[in-house]
Amino acid sequence: MADATVGTTSVPATADPAELEAFRLRARDFLAASMPRLTDRSNFDLMREDEDGLRARHLQKILFDGGFAGLCFPRAYGGQGLSRAHQLVFNQEAASFEMPILFNVPTFGILAATLLDFGTEAQKQRHIPAILEGRELWVQFLSEPSGGSDLAGLVTRATRDGDVFVLNGSKIWSSGAHRADYALCLARTDWHAPKHRGLTCFIVKIHQPGIDVRQIKMVNGSDEFCQEFFDDVAIPVDDVVGQVNDGWTVASRLLFHERDAVGGGSPYSSGSGGRGGQGGGRNDLVELALATGRAHDPRVRQLLAEARVNELVAGQLIQRVTTGITTGAFPGPAGSLPRLFAATNSERRADIGLEIAGSRAAAWTAGDPAGLQAIEYLGRQGGSLGGGSNEMQRNIISERVLGMPREYAADKDRPFDEVRHNASPSRTN
Amino acid sequence: MDLQLSDDQVLFDETTARFLDTSCPVSTVREWADKEPAGFPLEWWRRGSELGWTSLLVTEADGGGSVSEHGLSDLVLVAEEMGRRVSPGPLLPTNLVASALAASGSPGQRRAVLPGIVSGETIATWCLAEPSSPWDEVRMEATPDGAGGFVLHGSKGPVEAAAQSAWLLVVASVDGAPTQFLVDPTLPGVTVTPLDSLDLVRRFATVTFDRVAVPASAVVGEVGGAASEIERLVQVAVVLQCAEMAGAADHMLGVTIEYAFDRYSFGRPLASYQALKHRFADLKLWTEACLATAQSAASAVARSSGRAAELASAAKSYVGDHAPVVLQDCVQLQGGIGVTWDHDLHLYLRRVVQDAVLFGTPADHRARIADGLGLDSDREDRDG
Repeated sequence: MADATVGTTSVPATADPAELEAFRLRARDFLAASMPRLTDRSNFDLMREDEDGLRARHLQKILFDGGFAGLCFPRAYGGQGLSRAHQLVFNQEAASFEMPILFNVPTFGILAATLLDFGTEAQKQRHIPAILEGRELWVQFLSEPSGGSDLAGLVTRATRDGDVFVLNGSKIWSSGAHRADYALCLARTDWHAPKHRGLTCFIVKIHQPGIDVRQIKMVNGSDEFCQEFFDDVAIPVDDVVGQVNDGWTVASRLLFHERDAVGGGSPYSSGSGGRGGQGGGRNDLVELALATGRAHDPRVRQLLAEARVNELVAGQLIQRVTTGITTGAFPGPAGSLPRLFAATNSERRADIGLEIAGSRAAAWTAGDPAGLQAIEYLGRQGGSLGGGSNEMQRNIISERVLGMPREYAADKDRPFDEVRHNASPSRTN
Repeated sequence: MDLQLSDDQVLFDETTARFLDTSCPVSTVREWADKEPAGFPLEWWRRGSELGWTSLLVTEADGGGSVSEHGLSDLVLVAEEMGRRVSPGPLLPTNLVASALAASGSPGQRRAVLPGIVSGETIATWCLAEPSSPWDEVRMEATPDGAGGFVLHGSKGPVEAAAQSAWLLVVASVDGAPTQFLVDPTLPGVTVTPLDSLDLVRRFATVTFDRVAVPASAVVGEVGGAASEIERLVQVAVVLQCAEMAGAADHMLGVTIEYAFDRYSFGRPLASYQALKHRFADLKLWTEACLATAQSAASAVARSSGRAAELASAAKSYVGDHAPVVLQDCVQLQGGIGVTWDHDLHLYLRRVVQDAVLFGTPADHRARIADGLGLDSDREDRDG
């Protein structure tokens, strides 16, 4: 069982250099013989077009058959049982190949990682090999339409009925649920306990009677996010992950893996291909300034430099905080510092992009980068909301890094059914 | 501060911190501001030099030596500790001259100047900026006198510690090409005019050169060949400033956080109000980002990395923008007391503003960064 605050310790960090070099050569031969080369497009561009995930599943199967899937997963579950160093070597070799990166987050880095920590032997045997073989994409069912920042105040209910729990309610902001196969779902199983102590985590098969998955169209035209409605969905008792009413422990660990995976620190992610480093890779703002003929405007140059500075400082801050948490100079919640920096930086970047786009952000010829910038601006707040809003990060920083008094919580230590909460979710349209 | 210091660096840092705490707490800074013409007693500077403050950028052959492999990585620790205490002392100008001579001074120049700098007996300063030019534009002329020497004519300023300096390292243009001269300020034609300065213990002056004749032996490095060395010295100056600003902001934020715990309004500590907690979260974020980028830049410049120029300018842009904001927000959060003379806040504000505007403002450094973004290739193509 895992401690929610400790890293993925079961994966060794390093390996024998000679063995690592032999592995590199094997990986190089395998990739050249079996995987498609990236042309002028990145894995991220290709991923966006893989609407149903079939391409990623196909590529993942090739990796699996070649013995290069799940490098850091235990051999007992179909992985290779190798070190982080092996994974890094593989990522280097795979950089110019098309890779099934759709699986990295959340399937490998968050959900498979959580299953490894808390799943029963039977659960792990059933799902981890299937995941590594490309047969199962996973998502997380955590947020709810009534929930907002108060995750533990969720109201989706799972009621025990013989050998099953019966699930009713709704989840939202699950990314790619429409093409995924399974979810880890957090639901309330005890309404008389205080909110954190009445939750249970379940494995839920997504496409089955009683579950309606709807894609949500976002302002930028994307429909990756989904909402799910549960209507008397029967979940076998065997699909409980962790202990009944101890789902918060599982969820906390899941959120840890989420930070790790989103931050690029998960050993279970494989390949990134075509987009290196942090901060979005190629400098699209510079391209925009060249396209709009404003590259020599001193004001525009100031803005471009500011965006570049922020991008550099974002990486430097990640490095400082990661080091500080490792050495104990910072408490774990200091991870909210780079998170808040990235979010506020992304807002500023959107503003800068709009300014540089100028009038072409109002109307544009198809394919004009100024038009993309304008659409991006519509989603400016996305990074400041997803995965914990800026306001929540500021609470965490002031309370758990600076030690300031916690905000008053009306539900602290009170039975959840005595606490005022939002109505049960219903269909929005 | 760098979170991965070696044991030797930690010891060095603690020794400096202890010396500053005992010899020059902020109350002493205030006394020296009024009493000491230089802003500090010369004997105090000599004792600081014994701890290594002026020898880190000088090679062992010239009597210097560093704690770690890269002396600048050690020196920024001193700058940061000085920022935390708004300490006086010509740390930046003296080390710039030491670094310049160690890198490109002749044996005679090194022998004449470096022992005094290392021991703390001698103060020296770098004259780059000019009162009526952009900060990095050199208009001062050095005209060959036909006999191997040069005649310097022009004006420099603000120059830190000029009135206390036994040597001036002067940047002048020989036929449009930057050249550095080591000048004795007692030469005929050199006039040092003290300026009013924002910082209470760092003294500045304008230095004018009225047809000052210097011998050929005054040239440091090659005639007309100082451009890359000037660029390097600017980077060194900038990382020292950033370390000092980050230290000052971090210290005063800590003081202000403590205040928020101790100060009660409406029966609650200020630290319990969410409106203020969120501001403190932002201040913490910006301050940690300042420390992070200051350290990255110092490391890059110390190692002469190919990214040194960009990282130094990025740090100056970020820290120069944010440290003053952090200080002003500390004023706002501490209330009216923060704008009184007796409160220490203004000493810190003076220090960070001084560092923010000298050797290029944040906007100046953004202009440098923009020059490296590949924005001008099309124009060059057209013009070419």
